[in-house]
Amino acid sequence: MAVDTPARPTATTSAPAAPGGQTIRRRTFSTRKRPNLLGGLAGWIWLAIIILPIYYIIVTSIRPQADMFSENTLSIPSNPTLNAFGRVFANDFLRYFGNSVFVTTISVAAILAVSLMTAYVVVRSRKRMVKRMFQVFLLGIAIPIQATIIPVFYLILQIGLYDTLWALILPSIAFGIPLSVVILTNFMRDVPAELFEAMKVDGAGEWRTLWSLAMPLTRPAIGTVGIFNALQVWNAFLFPLVLTQSSRNRVMPLALWSFQGQFTIDVPGMLAAVILSVLPILAAYIVGRRQLIAGLTAGFGK
Amino acid sequence: MSTATTVGPARTRRADRPARRQDGPTPLMAVPALAFFGFFAIVPLFGVLALSFMSWDGLGDMTFAGLDNWQRTLANPTTHNAMRLTLMVTVATWLIQTPISLLLGVFMAGHQKYRALLGVLYFLPLLFSATAVAIAFRALLDPNFGMGQALGLPFLAQDWIGRPDLALYVVLFVIAWIFVPFHSLLYQGGARQIPASMYEAATLDGAGRVKQFFHITLPQLKYTIITSSTLMIVGSLTYFDLVFVLTGGGPGFATRILPLDMYLTGFRAHDMGGAAVSGVILITVGLTVAILLNRLSGAHKMESQMEGI
Repeated sequence: MAVDTPARPTATTSAPAAPGGQTIRRRTFSTRKRPNLLGGLAGWIWLAIIILPIYYIIVTSIRPQADMFSENTLSIPSNPTLNAFGRVFANDFLRYFGNSVFVTTISVAAILAVSLMTAYVVVRSRKRMVKRMFQVFLLGIAIPIQATIIPVFYLILQIGLYDTLWALILPSIAFGIPLSVVILTNFMRDVPAELFEAMKVDGAGEWRTLWSLAMPLTRPAIGTVGIFNALQVWNAFLFPLVLTQSSRNRVMPLALWSFQGQFTIDVPGMLAAVILSVLPILAAYIVGRRQLIAGLTAGFGK
Repeated sequence: MSTATTVGPARTRRADRPARRQDGPTPLMAVPALAFFGFFAIVPLFGVLALSFMSWDGLGDMTFAGLDNWQRTLANPTTHNAMRLTLMVTVATWLIQTPISLLLGVFMAGHQKYRALLGVLYFLPLLFSATAVAIAFRALLDPNFGMGQALGLPFLAQDWIGRPDLALYVVLFVIAWIFVPFHSLLYQGGARQIPASMYEAATLDGAGRVKQFFHITLPQLKYTIITSSTLMIVGSLTYFDLVFVLTGGGPGFATRILPLDMYLTGFRAHDMGGAAVSGVILITVGLTVAILLNRLSGAHKMESQMEGI
């Protein structure tokens, strides 16, 4: 790639998660001897700003309600308890959690499948129509979803899906597609054309090429896109707020919001629900962190 | 990128790729994505425009309303207030987040050992739903049992969310809490791409750190700044859920930004036509900003800029 960027002959810091799933890091930003005091100070202060609320959420969720006013808010609870989590589970938490899992799993699986197929077409086809289509997806990234909520609501009413989980799944898939297609396309472009040609010579059809060549080589990007979309769908609030109504079809963020109404004085209960709602995403993040960040920044840049 | 760092299939230059391509796969494979995106994103995009000329309460029949919605909405002081607030939030979030993210990102690009740890922890706010963040901050800022009480600082123990003059600052702060880390990571990636030789040369020439920052780092980060700014500005049009749960737009109308105003007009006041007008405005502004900033940067330059992150 040195040929592509002659202006930056040494711009080789962290290679992107290359097709093959490995990352290589090489540091070049290392000539400075003196520490960057201002930056360091800011870095640690901002870390404190990030951590303090998270710490508060955790300690408060295990603090007995009775101690809320007698103990210092930020102290380690003297009588830690998991009762707050019990109260959350007693409030149909598992149902809401299950709904979220259902909506997120199906949406992400569908987004990945259709985006992968589209990326494959964009990379392998020379048709002008296909290039236009890619540009539509590029622009689609910039559409503020919120602004289209009224027609989406209308459509969902018309096709009779209002107040079902499918009312959340279908638009979630649609709005997850543009960025996913762009990231997967950018990644798949780095698969050498020779490999595709070799598959063709061997007599493999397009589906087999997609399945046994494009997909394995794009796996890091698939991870990125999967986690990112899971994050988006799991945390979505507006679609559930507008497109569902009954508690039977309530998903996590909406459940948190209604807990807030019910548990007004039960701060530990509310924050316990917050913790439970973030756990699956936290797990996904821990598994795929490096790919998520690398893939996202690469995708946004293109 | 030298070949030494390339893992897996060797990357080849894009320029000589198309010549070798044959006809390629059938575009039919793109149909499912197009169908979903077309039906639930493109159709609604034009649907908002159509609805802005209709009168609809969300349940009954739709009737044609001509320009009524536009006249009513554009003359409505609540909408004006919402637009003013949205503009303020957009400008303020940019002004607050950009310098902080730049500073943090450039710092994290260094080779300190704890840098990796910072990177991991900096991503945490992005994992929480806006609802969760809003709920946590409501509790945290409670004057009775929140932070102010804990740290014994009367300054912090104010009724942050209940006072019209303070609520907007809370919104701005919480937005920064969520998004500064993400933009820092973007800048970190950008800063790591700057060739060390540039700094070496500058050091030999006797340029200090501040001078190096303004003459090397900042110009080299131009495209990262544009990417980050686009995301910030377009993002400002979408802070619905956060503000909805955090303040509900209040107290009074103090934090009723345009996306929130649109929701409340449509789904609470049952004026879908009027809400659609706000929707059209949001989409127009969002797409215009995205296209302008994209032009400004030149997409291909941005591409090589972000290549190595």
